[in-house]
Amino acid sequence: MKKNKKGVSTTTNGRKNISKKRDIWNRFKRNRNALIGMAITIIFVFIAVFAPLLVDYDEEVIKVDVPNRLQLPGGEHPLGTDEAGRDILARLIYASRMSLAIGVMAVTCSIAAGIVLGSIAGYYGGKIETVIMRICDIFDGVPSFLLALTITAAFGASVFTLMLAIAIGGFAGQSRIIRGAVLTVKGQEYVEAAKALGAKNWQIIFHHIIPNCIAVIIVQFSVKIAEGILTASALSFLGLGVLPPDPEWGAMLAGGRAYLLDNPYLTLFPGLCIMIVILAFNMLGDGLRDSLDPRLKR
Amino acid sequence: MSEHLLEVNHLKKYFKTNKGTLQAVDDISFTLDAGKTLGLVGESGCGKSTTGRAILRLTEPTSGEVLFNGKDVAKMKSREMHQMRMDMQMIFQDPFSSLNPRKTVAELIAEPLKWYKIHKSKAEQASHVSKLMETVGLASRLTNVYPHELDGGRRQRIGIARALALDPKFIVCDEPVSALDVSIQAQVLNLLKELQNEFGIAYLFITHDLSVVNHFSDDIAVMYLGQIVEKAPAKELFNNPVHPYTKALLSAIPIPDVDAVVEQIPLKGEISSPINMKPDCHFAARCPYATEECRAGVPDLVNRGNEHFVACHLF
Repeated sequence: MKKNKKGVSTTTNGRKNISKKRDIWNRFKRNRNALIGMAITIIFVFIAVFAPLLVDYDEEVIKVDVPNRLQLPGGEHPLGTDEAGRDILARLIYASRMSLAIGVMAVTCSIAAGIVLGSIAGYYGGKIETVIMRICDIFDGVPSFLLALTITAAFGASVFTLMLAIAIGGFAGQSRIIRGAVLTVKGQEYVEAAKALGAKNWQIIFHHIIPNCIAVIIVQFSVKIAEGILTASALSFLGLGVLPPDPEWGAMLAGGRAYLLDNPYLTLFPGLCIMIVILAFNMLGDGLRDSLDPRLKR
Repeated sequence: MSEHLLEVNHLKKYFKTNKGTLQAVDDISFTLDAGKTLGLVGESGCGKSTTGRAILRLTEPTSGEVLFNGKDVAKMKSREMHQMRMDMQMIFQDPFSSLNPRKTVAELIAEPLKWYKIHKSKAEQASHVSKLMETVGLASRLTNVYPHELDGGRRQRIGIARALALDPKFIVCDEPVSALDVSIQAQVLNLLKELQNEFGIAYLFITHDLSVVNHFSDDIAVMYLGQIVEKAPAKELFNNPVHPYTKALLSAIPIPDVDAVVEQIPLKGEISSPINMKPDCHFAARCPYATEECRAGVPDLVNRGNEHFVACHLF
């Protein structure tokens, strides 16, 4: 019974005694949508990481080939070519690096900041809360797009400033939502019980408050990644994010707009990519949320 | 004076509300010796739970002293208080909400051990946890089970194991059985009694159920609207209640005897608002014997012999 190595040990009555991580995985793998979401996410991450091995940046991604512009899908170019004759599939593959990096990194940063600020504000309350929340109000007061615009304009257009801009535009809202979740959890009796048992404030925050806010955090994560990718594309469209000729899904989507009627696949494929990735993140997020909650065990 | 384990002097806890000051606990004093049980009885909202929480500083007392082993808990800095909590623990009323739903039984019980870094290795900690589980009567197959999979009695046993983990000298039991079925109540009460005999723990036993407290306590204090109105050894209080409120409470306990004739003393009226209370006997508004004197001043808690304290103008 005590020899609980890594997973399963059996008790005297034959019931399986399962470790916590194994238990979470068991619940996760029973959820088909979550597995599909995870598979798609892994595939996209794989493509993004190994993009330079899959396509030739100079030859396929940025080389202008006007005679072959606006070709339909099929043949030499499986997904056709864009208005400058560049292969759409190659550009999509390369663009996944930018889009995923920007979406995931920016949202990770803003949610990390949101968790720190939101849980401090929600848990301690009082003056600390007032100061943090008023700062968030200020950032919320400025339209996040305008904020992002200002930041990229001030620091120059680059992928890094784009991430920074999206992260700064989002942290105030994250803090507010996470603070709300913290307030609900803080009122629970088990938090008071932990205090009576001698837990320090930071221990209560890390062991009780944040794990019980995880549902909110994960949902925020999967929703905001989508938003991050879209904001990145909007900024790229304005010339403040990923600069041409580098590909980015949003920028490709925007670029194909002029040919929407004649060559809809110019917008269709990048749009599909964004949609599939967002869907995958959402499915993964939902599955993760459910499997982390032991009460939903079936 | 430090012969008592716990000595509460003039403890007050006021809450500020929009309507005025709510006097949840209004100047109460009592003592508790090691290994003994003090039952704190009263109806809902009379401040008994707040008293327990204020003693453990789960809410900050407004004023007053809480001397534990002669040291004033109410004035301790947070580091001292942290050490103090090893000796003062609490069992909560609701075994459903006082356990984090995301932790397994073993994790829940190991929690206090982790906060105080009692054990250097995980194996040591695990064996301590399984010992605690055995002590409170939880089967070892429940180690990795989550609290929502257990019934109320087993959950309350987890709460008890958590409170016991640090070998405390004093436990506040805040209605530990009122959320449980009657059959399970008895089991949990017996467990608490056994643990007291074995480890010499003192209990402050908060309850609204007089029959529970009778079989359990050495002394009983009856609270009404933030004040102790009567305090006596359990037998003395049951055989010889003095305060009109206590009499009314005791008359409401059903006696399992068909022929028994009990003179019920029904209480009229509602409990007065605890906000901005007048300096009178708080029970005067519902007391059948109330006089002008009762409405004029707060009665003191006076010893009438045999350690029987009563706060009533009539005696």
